[in-house]
Amino acid sequence: MSASRAPAPLATAGTAAAHVRLRGVTRIFEGALPVHALGPVDLDLVRGEFFSVVGPSGCGKSTLMDLIAGLNPPTAGTISFEDRPVAGEVPDGIGAVFQEDASFPWLTVRDNIAFGLRRAGVDAAETKRRVDDVIAFMGLKDFTTAYPAQLSGGMRQRVCIARTLVLQPRLILLDEPFGALDQQTRLLMGDELLRLWRETGATIMLITHALDEAAMLSDRVGVMSSRPGRFIETLTTNWPRERDSTIVADPAFGAVTARLWTLLRGESLKAIGATIPDKAAG
Amino acid sequence: MSRKAAILWTRAAVIVVAVAALEILCRAKIISPLTLIPPSEMASALWELIASGKINDDMVQTFSTVALAFVLSVAVGFSLGVLIHALPRVRRALDPLLASYYSIPFFVFYPLLIALFGLNTIPLIVIGLVFATAAMVIATLNGLDRVPRVMEKTARVLRLSPTRAIFTITLPAAAPYLFTGLKLALAYSFIGVIAGEFILSGGGLGFSIAYAYNNFDSQTMYALMMFVLVVVTVVNGVLHVLEQRMLQRRAGR
Amino acid sequence: MTTQTLKSGAGGRLLDALVLVGLTVLVWQALYEYVGDSALTSPLMTLDYAGSLVRSASFWSHAQATLIAFACSLAISIALGVGLGLLLGLQRFAGDVAEPIFVALYTIPKVTLYPLILLIFGLGLSAKVAFGVIHGVVPIILFTLNAVKNINPVLLRASRVMRLSRWQTIATVLAPAVMPELITGVRVGFSLTMLGVLIGEMFASQRGLGFLIINGISLHNVRMTTAVILIVVAFAIAANSLLLAFDRRMHHAASS
Repeated sequence: MSASRAPAPLATAGTAAAHVRLRGVTRIFEGALPVHALGPVDLDLVRGEFFSVVGPSGCGKSTLMDLIAGLNPPTAGTISFEDRPVAGEVPDGIGAVFQEDASFPWLTVRDNIAFGLRRAGVDAAETKRRVDDVIAFMGLKDFTTAYPAQLSGGMRQRVCIARTLVLQPRLILLDEPFGALDQQTRLLMGDELLRLWRETGATIMLITHALDEAAMLSDRVGVMSSRPGRFIETLTTNWPRERDSTIVADPAFGAVTARLWTLLRGESLKAIGATIPDKAAG
Repeated sequence: MSRKAAILWTRAAVIVVAVAALEILCRAKIISPLTLIPPSEMASALWELIASGKINDDMVQTFSTVALAFVLSVAVGFSLGVLIHALPRVRRALDPLLASYYSIPFFVFYPLLIALFGLNTIPLIVIGLVFATAAMVIATLNGLDRVPRVMEKTARVLRLSPTRAIFTITLPAAAPYLFTGLKLALAYSFIGVIAGEFILSGGGLGFSIAYAYNNFDSQTMYALMMFVLVVVTVVNGVLHVLEQRMLQRRAGR
Repeated sequence: MTTQTLKSGAGGRLLDALVLVGLTVLVWQALYEYVGDSALTSPLMTLDYAGSLVRSASFWSHAQATLIAFACSLAISIALGVGLGLLLGLQRFAGDVAEPIFVALYTIPKVTLYPLILLIFGLGLSAKVAFGVIHGVVPIILFTLNAVKNINPVLLRASRVMRLSRWQTIATVLAPAVMPELITGVRVGFSLTMLGVLIGEMFASQRGLGFLIINGISLHNVRMTTAVILIVVAFAIAANSLLLAFDRRMHHAASS
């Protein structure tokens, strides 16, 4: 494992091949008391990489995802996806999975997954083919006629992921998608996520508060400071592409996780209003 | 016996016992026949009225007025609810009004309504409308409030146009609460129209009840009262069953 | 005041309220122009007449009659409603049996019971109170019942671990837990009780504000009718606004 010790920027200067590029991105929420939630942030996502973002609560991770997805415009700075600017409108080719269950309770699993394709006017035969493929891929074959209310939390998230996948996005954003699940299910879902990443070749950005998850799944992990969030360091894991959750047995895994916590411990204490005691934090 | 079955049987038993008790108390003259007649007599008087067709005109008038008030109140209430929901400031300003809404006896505006619309069923429709619309507005606001934020985000990530998003996501998500609004709107349409007929005007079931009361015709009066109770209960029961069916899919566990 | 302060907080709310009142007055005036003196009095005249009413002793004797009837109704509705609601909420089976019955009672037009009430109670105060109670008691029962049913079971586990006595649990854990929902029920019951009492006065009494209104209608005394309606509506909005604010505070305190 090699750690690039330079504090921000994660920007690789002059590479036009960046799939997503952020420069000087800031987000300030208006109101009686303006809240400086994020930034300034510089970030380059390489096409096809698996990038995780970790940080203390309230640091603006979800805000970052909203900005990249085009759900909100940045207060300052530029965001580009595939060399085209993103601001306040969701570009084609982006998929998102959220922490809360976004499956539609009034539709069956199959109809949920087919939803996006039908709205986009894809013809019935093509829709059926793609939906069937994704259902097989995500292991949902036995549940196609069930309603989300009859499924467990993990299954429902699978449905949400399937609904996103079927649209063949080139960038997949995930905001703590496994947050509501138990640890064992999370680890299994992590394996699924890796499989999906390899098969689709999409760029993945995963936001998580679970350090082990970030360490195990990602090519690179960006560590954010407490609010207003900025990247304080990026770690590169150098894992092979054909990996799964058994990577935890690799001694390097422990080192990555340890490094992440070392960086985050101070920031997390700051986030809850405490300070680091004098003992060296490493 | 499952708990659910036990509950249903107990409830049925409670109702049967209550009616039977009334029957016995009335027949034994413990309750004076001037105050209340036995339920069996009410039923037979009602049967006679229906068979002879004497209440046909009243039925037609009341039910058509209620139906109109209901349909209008749902349409108006829903539209207003959507509008107000989109304007939070307007909503805050209207909160105290909506809260005090049902204290006000709207029948008192009846003379005004007659002056505006004439001596026909329109004032009654308006009164039913006034009663029912508020309930639909409140239910719509509540339903729209409860659409999870994540649905809104999903709609945007799927790049749906605003109208598409409303029809394919917002409305289905709010549907259970909107249905509650529908139930209440119907109930209040009945209440408004029948009360209006009773207190104020010539025609319809409410008026006939008042007329029978004033003429000491207990048979007709109670028969009609029972009729209204039965109709309202049955209609609400049907809506309830429909609602349960809709909710079943959504709350499987 | 900057536009910022005007938009938010008490200043903004006052402005909104004034705008609303202004719009109402405009619509009122327009209606008056349209229908004329036979059905409505203009806002100004109504205000003026209402002012003189409020200074007259006979008005106050009617208002007093209404207030007394209302207070009695409300007390009975709350006592009965909360009492029954608590019992049915705590006794799960009874609650499940009874709830749909009460929901059905809530939706039937109470007006169909009016002749019965009049026959039982005759004319006068007891009939008015009865009217008020039949309107107000059912929502209070339903809200209270649901409040008790929805108590978070984890609160009860926590109080057992803390070894609270039965009374301590009820007084310090359960009562505060149900209070917000209960207050909402009382608020709804308040409105409906007031409606019931007014309607009761409209045809079971020779005293009270409801009587003044219906009397005014039958004598074509439009001034009186409009003025009394204005006073009743003003009172209803004021009282309900206070209750709403109180309700909000209870919910806010409970959830924070």
